[in-house]
Amino acid sequence: MVSLANNDARDLDVPPAPRGRRYSRARATSLATSFVGGSLVVTYLSLIVLIPIAALVAHGLSITVQTNGWGFAFWHWDVHADLSAFWSSITQAPALHAIFLSLWLSFAVAAINAVMGVAIAWVLVRDRFPGKGVIDAFIDLPFALPTIVVGVVLLVLYGTTSPLHVDLFETWMGLMLALLFVTLPFSVRAVQPVLASLDGEAEAAAKSLGAGGIRTFAWVVLPSLWPAVLGGFGLAFARAIGEFGSISLIAGGIGRTTTASSFIYNLTQAFLWTDAAAVSTALLILALIVLITTNLVARQIQRRLSSS
Amino acid sequence: MNHTTRKWSLRVLVIVYLGLLVGLPVAFLFIKTFSHGFAAFWNEVTKPDAIAALKLSGIVALIAVPVNTVVGVAAALLLARKDHWSARLVTTLFDVPVAVSPIIIGVSLVLAYSRIGWFGTALAAHGISILFSPVGITMATMAVSLPYVLRSVLPVLMEIGNEQQNAALTLGAGRLRIFWQITLPAIRWGVLYGVTLTIARTLGEFGAVLIVSGNITGHTQTLPIYIYDSWEQNYDVIGAFAGALVLASISVVALLILSALRSKERRLHVDIA
Repeated sequence: MVSLANNDARDLDVPPAPRGRRYSRARATSLATSFVGGSLVVTYLSLIVLIPIAALVAHGLSITVQTNGWGFAFWHWDVHADLSAFWSSITQAPALHAIFLSLWLSFAVAAINAVMGVAIAWVLVRDRFPGKGVIDAFIDLPFALPTIVVGVVLLVLYGTTSPLHVDLFETWMGLMLALLFVTLPFSVRAVQPVLASLDGEAEAAAKSLGAGGIRTFAWVVLPSLWPAVLGGFGLAFARAIGEFGSISLIAGGIGRTTTASSFIYNLTQAFLWTDAAAVSTALLILALIVLITTNLVARQIQRRLSSS
Repeated sequence: MNHTTRKWSLRVLVIVYLGLLVGLPVAFLFIKTFSHGFAAFWNEVTKPDAIAALKLSGIVALIAVPVNTVVGVAAALLLARKDHWSARLVTTLFDVPVAVSPIIIGVSLVLAYSRIGWFGTALAAHGISILFSPVGITMATMAVSLPYVLRSVLPVLMEIGNEQQNAALTLGAGRLRIFWQITLPAIRWGVLYGVTLTIARTLGEFGAVLIVSGNITGHTQTLPIYIYDSWEQNYDVIGAFAGALVLASISVVALLILSALRSKERRLHVDIA
């Protein structure tokens, strides 16, 4: 078609599209704006996020750089990381305890969320009753509420002077309650759109073949929900392992309920910045591993689903 | 167990769970704050330290929100046109501040820009101090509220494509005119959505700000820090709850705006993490 069009153009004696100054100048301006804009965006991103994170990891792993008099010629630099200092920082008993506490709490919270998230999403999508819209709108409240607000309210409600006589101050249950609150929307909002997009044909087929409600859910609905459930799990886990504001108050000041982020905060208050950087680096790596793993598994399942 | 029982038990389970987990604490916040009457609440909110905290939070938001909005829109415009690995990398890197603990963001800023960090001595020589200053608070806030505008605008831009823009271009419209008359009207709800999320996060940020602020009453206290301090230092429940109620009301308003915007623009989705 293209060659035919060109021939037509030649036959009709139409001159080729002019590549005049105007066109090339517009293109040059566009390229220049992209370049300048892109540089500014990347510079800003580097200044407030990337350089600080690099500084954190460099401090955490005690990375020292010897330039050997070559200045900016980085291929001549001697980069040395003192991993033994990193290791001894993160393996001191209180640090290990804090990291393990954060790990198991985050796993438990993400798991409970995954189950409750599917249940809540199911009710929001499939059920119908007055007031459902209000529930739907207020699922996001934990995202919008500042974490310290959650922390103060939970502490007064479930602290030592609890009006309900439920004292969760300095217990793992208090921490778990706060974490369940702040991570509530992740699973619901991940599962809800997927559940809403299922057309119900496969379910109807399963039911017509005699499968009960639970069997249909487990064998027909659940398989298509797994990627979303896993995605929500990963996000909830990452949020829970880094959470600070909502749990810092109810955790109190004892070692038994000090989570990793509270532990890092305590280190900074004691001006132990190198230790704080080391534990932060470890926490960063753990959160990354979980996020990447859940993403990969979710993608694998998604691929298997779409191929079958 | 038949269908109806199952439906009802699931419904009751979800309502009770949400009621206990979310409804009870939120209701408690409102009841407890006004338990001593509205005058007591007003008295707490208009204390000089509370006013100072409110003012600092406002100033920080006035700087952080416009900057992050401009950067977010610019980044979205640039990234929507490209499907290169570098564009995907930048999109992912924008998400780092919300995927990482706010405490870690705070520590990383200190280790880069304070006296003990990489550039601290150089900055101090020019009289700039990051730690224990409003400058640091603003930087920390900018970092944690970075991705929201980009995240809200990018999917909208990707979907509208650039047909209209190209058409305008062939008709001789300049770049600026295309931005103001075609692109911006198309993405305006997305921008507003991102700005609302940014404001909510900006006013509520606690962990990252706590690390860099040094918590100096009346000088480096934002509203969340003031709430924390009221409780932790003075055991002032009513003061803490009054501050908390102010912040909670702002987030409820933000929530309502967001859900109104979502009904206008179906491509927007819940995305504050």
